[in-house]
Amino acid sequence: MTVMQLEVGPDVEPALAVAEVSHAFGQRKALDQVGFALRPGDFTVLLGLNGAGKTTLFSLITGLYHCGRGRISVFGHDISRDPSPALARIGVVFQQSTLDLDLTLEQNLFYHASLHGMARSAAAPRIAAELERVGLAARRKDRVRQLSGGQRRRVELARALIHDPALLLLDEPTVGLDMESRSFLLEHVRRLCAEQRLAVLWATHLIDEAGTDARVIVLHGGRILAEGPVPTIIGDAPTLKTAFDRLVAAAPAIGARA
Amino acid sequence: MSGVPTTVGARAGAGRAAGLGPVHYARCLGGIVRREALRWIHQRSRFVSALVRPLVWLAIFAAGFRFVLGVSIIPPYETYIPYEVYIAPGLVAMILLFQGMQSSLSMVYDREMGSMRLLMVSPLPRWFLLTAKLVAGVIVSIVQAYIFLAIAWFWEIEPPVWGYVTVLPALALAGLMLGALGLVLSSFIRQLENFAGVMNFVIFPMFFASSALYPLWHVKEASLTLYWVCEINPFSHATELIRFALYGQVDWLAAGVVTGFLLIFMVLAVYGYDPGRGLIARRGGPE
Repeated sequence: MTVMQLEVGPDVEPALAVAEVSHAFGQRKALDQVGFALRPGDFTVLLGLNGAGKTTLFSLITGLYHCGRGRISVFGHDISRDPSPALARIGVVFQQSTLDLDLTLEQNLFYHASLHGMARSAAAPRIAAELERVGLAARRKDRVRQLSGGQRRRVELARALIHDPALLLLDEPTVGLDMESRSFLLEHVRRLCAEQRLAVLWATHLIDEAGTDARVIVLHGGRILAEGPVPTIIGDAPTLKTAFDRLVAAAPAIGARA
Repeated sequence: MSGVPTTVGARAGAGRAAGLGPVHYARCLGGIVRREALRWIHQRSRFVSALVRPLVWLAIFAAGFRFVLGVSIIPPYETYIPYEVYIAPGLVAMILLFQGMQSSLSMVYDREMGSMRLLMVSPLPRWFLLTAKLVAGVIVSIVQAYIFLAIAWFWEIEPPVWGYVTVLPALALAGLMLGALGLVLSSFIRQLENFAGVMNFVIFPMFFASSALYPLWHVKEASLTLYWVCEINPFSHATELIRFALYGQVDWLAAGVVTGFLLIFMVLAVYGYDPGRGLIARRGGPE
């Protein structure tokens, strides 16, 4: 994979465009003038410590919170003014598990398909294919409760892809997973990105998930401290971790907390 | 990028460019109802407790009080009735109340804010998603109400046979209103995220300050203030709507009040879950 361009050319409609977005909970600022863009096929790691504002940003992109200051658009559809076509193109893996433990894998996935207005006949082959891809086709009649944490995450990834989204958002998808499950998820998503030109925003506080070639956005205290391909972010620092620590240390104290 | 040449445009736009038609809405409603029904079937403890609760009232409370509380002949009854018969419609309304609170509030607590998030990323409009969620809960509670009425038949609660049919629209309307109240509470009130709080501050006051357990003329003799509290309590009207419908009659005042509260609660719920104006954004923490 080659280094991706940062700028979105005028000819390519960005999968996700975030411009000058700020958000506050009462007096406390959670995001401050955040802006970036993702093109189809981009794998972008949103790197930040807990409390950096990653989940707030995801909540804004998915329209759970209203985007009051700034603009967010998905394939040109403004999430505030034109949410339906924007949401139809987004697949989300939430930080918290959102599976019904007492229902089977299939029942969970059919429920999601119906939320996107898909017919059962159209959803069935998509569900079979996505479960196959995450290696859980044989367990489709099992209740989610019987799965391990890593398997549940894989189901959630399969679910996010059923309606064939073009933008995939993952909020700390590997939290609490073992090494094997982590690398499975990461590889799977990177493959999707490469093969299907899915635009991916992968939020994490685990620095090694950026690998050596991903594009990284460093979010701290609600502000973007740096963005670019891993080698650019690293600069003359020995590792990405060191570079990240330097950036965070250099950031104004308490960041955006006005 | 070592990407395979693909049809990004086609992928992104597949089936979406045409927009969302009635068929998408119907599929979505179907999926939400199906999930609610599956959850209900799988959660046996919830099912059993929903059924046992009103039966305990009927078997113990009503039996104890039947000789204490005299019920004179009041419409829709045409004769003296045992106390059990009087409180049965109130207990049916209680089933709807519990179910309404439970299905709405379950979206919030018990790690379920997640499932609300999942619901809200659907491309269908939010008012529709909330209504579908409400309808699904009401369907489940109507089934519970009929199971209760079937068992209550053995306690000599024997309304006319067609009463079981005429009660259906009353159950639906009352169920929607109480479910919508649950939605409003779940969107606006943070402190009610545990069910004990809801029991103490919503369910018990609504149930006791209503016509479910005693005719309101009794209450009027005791306290005029309390009488008016009961009169404006939407739960009283839900109970009376069901009581009359069970005997093939329509209490138009109750029907009007229940419909009015349904509309008010629904508007408030849509407002509460609106990311721009409502309070959902405020409930969200930083991460």
